[in-house]
Amino acid sequence: MGPSLLTSIARRLWMSLLVLIGVSMLIFCIARVIPGDPARIALGPNATQEQVDLLRERLHLNDPLPVQYAEFVRESLQGDLGMSLYTNRPVVTDIADFLPATLELVLFAGLLMVAIGVPLGVLAARHRDGWIDNLVRIIALAGVVTPTFVWAVFLMLGFAFFLEWFPVAGRLSEGMAAPPTITGLYTLDALITGRFATFADAVTHIVLPATALAMTGIGQTARLTRASVAETYDTPHVQMAEAYGYPERRIASRYALRPAMIPTLTILGLDFAAMLGNAFLVEAVFAWPGLARYGVQAILHKDLNAIVGTVLVISAFFLIVNILVDLTVAWLNPRIRLDSRRAAR
Amino acid sequence: MIAAVFRSRGWYKFRRNPLSMVGLVLVALVVLMAVLAPLVAPYPEHAGAFVDFVNASQPPSWANPFGTDLVGRDVLSRVIFGYQISLLLGVVVLGIAVPIGVGLGLAAGYFGGAVDYVIMRVVDVFLSIPPLVLAMAIMGFLEPTLTNGMMAVAAMWWPWYARLAYNMARSESREGYVLAAEVIGASTPHILIREILPNCLPAVFTKITLDLGFVILIASSLSFLGLGVQPPTPDLGSMVAEGARYLPDNWWMAVFPALAILVAVLGFNLLGDGLRDVMDTDR
Repeated sequence: MGPSLLTSIARRLWMSLLVLIGVSMLIFCIARVIPGDPARIALGPNATQEQVDLLRERLHLNDPLPVQYAEFVRESLQGDLGMSLYTNRPVVTDIADFLPATLELVLFAGLLMVAIGVPLGVLAARHRDGWIDNLVRIIALAGVVTPTFVWAVFLMLGFAFFLEWFPVAGRLSEGMAAPPTITGLYTLDALITGRFATFADAVTHIVLPATALAMTGIGQTARLTRASVAETYDTPHVQMAEAYGYPERRIASRYALRPAMIPTLTILGLDFAAMLGNAFLVEAVFAWPGLARYGVQAILHKDLNAIVGTVLVISAFFLIVNILVDLTVAWLNPRIRLDSRRAAR
Repeated sequence: MIAAVFRSRGWYKFRRNPLSMVGLVLVALVVLMAVLAPLVAPYPEHAGAFVDFVNASQPPSWANPFGTDLVGRDVLSRVIFGYQISLLLGVVVLGIAVPIGVGLGLAAGYFGGAVDYVIMRVVDVFLSIPPLVLAMAIMGFLEPTLTNGMMAVAAMWWPWYARLAYNMARSESREGYVLAAEVIGASTPHILIREILPNCLPAVFTKITLDLGFVILIASSLSFLGLGVQPPTPDLGSMVAEGARYLPDNWWMAVFPALAILVAVLGFNLLGDGLRDVMDTDR
C-alpha cells in the first residue's frame, strides 16, 4: 500500500464520518422537529399533563435543540442510546439482543445473492441469447419488480405450506434449545460448539427468509455480472488465454470473472442497504425475532429512543459495509483509486 | 399531436420491442382500472367499510373471481380500488420529489463550489439510510395516513433525482450553448430553466416512468408493515399483510393483491425500459 492509497483510505473514512454525523443530525431532526410533542405521542392521549412533563424532563425535551443534540451525541458516543419507553430497557441492550438475528439473515441473503447471482451471470454471459440467458433475464426482471414481502408470502406458501420442505416461521424448532451465545448467530454458534443438529435446524429455518430477502439482489447481481463478464470476454487478456487453449473453467474463474467482479461488488454495497430495509418485511412474514421486528414495534408504539437507535445502528452498518466494499474493490483492482467511484457519480 | 407520436421514429422502435408493448398494455390496464374503478369493479360498495358475514372468506368463484375477504368483501373490487390509491400515491410522491430533487441537483451541478458541496453531502446523508428505513423512521413520528405516507416516501425519493440532475447539469454546463447563453448575459434562472433543464427532461421522464412502479412497490411495503394507509381504505400492501395472517387456508386474500402489485410494477418497469431504449438510440 503506497502513501496515496493510505491517504485516499483516510479521506474515504473522513467522508463516511461526515455522512454519519449528517445521518445523526437528520434522525435527530426527524425525531424532534416533526410537529407534535414526542412525549405526548409516546404516552398516548390518556396520559396526564404531569406524566407528559415528567417524560419531557427525562428526555431533556425542554432544553434548546442544539443542547439536546450535543447531549444526544455525547450519550451516543458513550454507547448510551437512552431507555426504550416500550420495553423499559436500555435501547443498546435491546439492539444487542435483536441485531444478531437480523445480521444472520442479511448475511445469509448476501451469501445466496453472490453464490447464485454470480454463477448465473457468468453462465448467461457464456451462453449469450441461449435459454439460460433468457432465464436469467426473467429472474432478474422478476426479482426487481416483485416486492420482498410478496416473495416472502409466495415462498412460504409454496415451500413451507404446500411442499412442507421448510419450517414456516422462527429461528429454531420448538423444543430445540438455542446454542450458547458467542456471536448471537445461531448457525455459527452451533457450529462452534459442535451442535450439528441445532445447526441443521437453524439452517432449515433461515433458508426461506434469506431467499426471500435475496431475490431482488440475485436478479441484479446476475444481470450485472452477465454484462461485465460479457464485456471482459472481449478483452485481449481473455482472448489470449483462449488462444493459449486454457481450459474454459480456468478462463471463466481466473481471467474473466475477476475484473468482472468489480462492478458487482459496488452494487453489493447498495443491495446490502436495501436488504437491511427489506429485512423488516421478511421478518414480519416469517416471525423472525430480529432488529427489524423490534423497529416496527418501536414505531407502532412511538418509542422515540428505540426508533432513533435502530435507524442509527442500521445506517452505521450500511456505512461500514460500503467502506469494506470500497477497500475490497481497491484490493481487486489496484488501478482503481478509491475516489474514482465518487468521480463517476 | 397523438397522431404525430404514432407516426414518429421512436414509436416505431418502441413498438418493435414486444416487452415494451406488454408494459404499455399493462400500464394502460392498470390506469384504466384505477380511473374507472367505480364502473369496472363488480361491487364498488365493497371498497369501504362494508360487511357481509354470510359471504365471508369465500374462495374464488364466478361471483367473486378473487374470492372474498374476512368480512365478505369482494377481493377483486378492492384490488381495483387499491390501484386507485397506489397510482394517486405514485403521482403525488413523484410530483413532490421530482421538482425538489431536480431543482437542487441542477443548482448543485451548475453553481459548483460550496453549493455543490452542501447539497450533495445532504444527498449522501439521505442515501446512506436504507430507503425503507428512512420512510419508516419518518412514519414513526407521524400518524399513519395517506398524506403522511406520501410525505415519507417523497422524502426518501428526491435525492435520486438530485443526483441524476446534478450529473446532467455538470456535464451540460460545460457545453457550448450554455457558455453562449452566459456570454450574451442571460440570467441564471434563464440558463438553468430554459437552457439546461430541457436537456435533462427526457432522462427525468424515463426515470419517472420506471419509478412510478417502484414508488408503488415501496408504498405497498410501508402499508404492508401497517405504516401506511389505514383500513378500511383498500390498499394492496395492507391487503397482503392481512391475508398473510390466514395462510395457507385463505390463500386468495394475500395472493391476488400481491399479484396485482406485481403486475403494476412490472408494467411500469417494462414501459420505462422501453422508453429508455428509445431515448438512448434517438440521441
